Amino acid sequence: MIEVKDIHKTFGENHVLKGISATFEQGKNNLIIGGSGSGKTTLLKCIVGLHEPTKGAVYFANENFTEMSFEQRVPIRTHIGMLFQNSALFDSMTVEENIMFPLNLFTKQTNAEKLERANFCLERVNLAGKNKLYPAELSGGMKKRVGIARAISMQPKYLFVDEPNSGLDPKTSILIDDLINELTTEYNMTTVVVTHDMNSVMGIGDHIIFLHNGEKWWEGSNKDIAKTDNKELNDFVFASKFMQAARAKL
Amino acid sequence: MFYSLGKYILLLRLSFRRPEKFSVYWAEVMREMVSIGLGSLGIIAIISIFIGAATTIQVAFQLSSPLVSASIAGKIARDSTILEFSPTISALVLAGRVGSSIASQIGTMRVTEQIDALEIMGVNAPGYLISPKIIASMTMVPLLVIVSICLGIGGGYLACVLSGDITPDDYLIGVRDGFDALTVQVALVKAVVFGFIIASICAYQGFYTSGGALEVGQSSTRGVVYSCVMILFADLVITRIML
Repeated sequence: MIEVKDIHKTFGENHVLKGISATFEQGKNNLIIGGSGSGKTTLLKCIVGLHEPTKGAVYFANENFTEMSFEQRVPIRTHIGMLFQNSALFDSMTVEENIMFPLNLFTKQTNAEKLERANFCLERVNLAGKNKLYPAELSGGMKKRVGIARAISMQPKYLFVDEPNSGLDPKTSILIDDLINELTTEYNMTTVVVTHDMNSVMGIGDHIIFLHNGEKWWEGSNKDIAKTDNKELNDFVFASKFMQAARAKL
Repeated sequence: MFYSLGKYILLLRLSFRRPEKFSVYWAEVMREMVSIGLGSLGIIAIISIFIGAATTIQVAFQLSSPLVSASIAGKIARDSTILEFSPTISALVLAGRVGSSIASQIGTMRVTEQIDALEIMGVNAPGYLISPKIIASMTMVPLLVIVSICLGIGGGYLACVLSGDITPDDYLIGVRDGFDALTVQVALVKAVVFGFIIASICAYQGFYTSGGALEVGQSSTRGVVYSCVMILFADLVITRIML
């Protein structure tokens, strides 16, 4: 479980996050949604420690992550997997080397064991046999799947996903969402997904928080979203005519 | 300026933290040594031969007098090559070749979130990315300078054979005459310091890149320019202190 308490983040005069508190539960897909510039990615970066919050704290399993030093954070970080918006695979390494990289640094496994784990992760994301390809040789969807394979290589307790569907066709987007959902259940992970893709919201949103102007504006599940009378959330979710028509049929 | 200097020193301190796994870092050092050392050998060989040859011809031209021994050209060409041309010009060329590569590689990793990915995994990103490059550069630049010195003196010999301005025998007598090992020590100290300057300044510029492709290019340019200026400044300081 991850808890964020009263998170504020400012960049100079720009107050991006204004006191956000939330709990992200284990075994659930926790979605952070909101319009562009609402602070979704900043909140995610504050949670994982890429940004230090100006005020407030982040707790991983009741341990105050914000107050920890770099060295103290390492044991928690080895339980974190993250998929970045543009996958952030290491260009100079093959798919296999990318997946084995955290295993090389943080485990005492033999090469055969690491290779077995890499092959398992690749099979899990339906990319078996792509071991020797370089990131430049992969499509956008394949890069995302390799990113997921790398993220789960250390069997993480926490999975963070930043815009998993950006730049992907609808079919591949659903494939990635399904994969995230399956892995969350399979490993009983605390998964936090930043997205503004409505298919993801309706498909895998076990727990959703909606950010508006750096504040938590709404919290609920994908089942609650259609019934909400929150104006900003409705404007965001049902912005397209297709979604409006879908809502009318409900 | 002081803010940047402080950031640079802090980055260097982070770079030399205890590695997560020594064997992984060692493999990176070896990879960087091959990239910096073998990768630069060709360009260093070419510039060294030409500079050695040109220096010998110019010195022979300037000292062409019946009152001056012909072998003196070999002596001056040798000392100039060892003390100045090989270390400094090699370092300036390496700042362009190796430095720009370091800055753009790390800068690209920054803007494509690869450095964030390292940090999320719990890897000390400055340590993993920068320290192997600094160690490799401080090791390989002196070796390249030694190669450069040998080829520079060889280039001078070649110029003598081809141009006939002085005889090869006179040149060789000059090269052997009054050799002081201190000149080689000075050259190697310069090479180690230049190696550090090239890798650390360019890595710093790359590491703090923000934005996109344009900014990566700007960081790379800044890295090369600042390295060149610092190399020339360090050259003056070391020369003044050691000679």
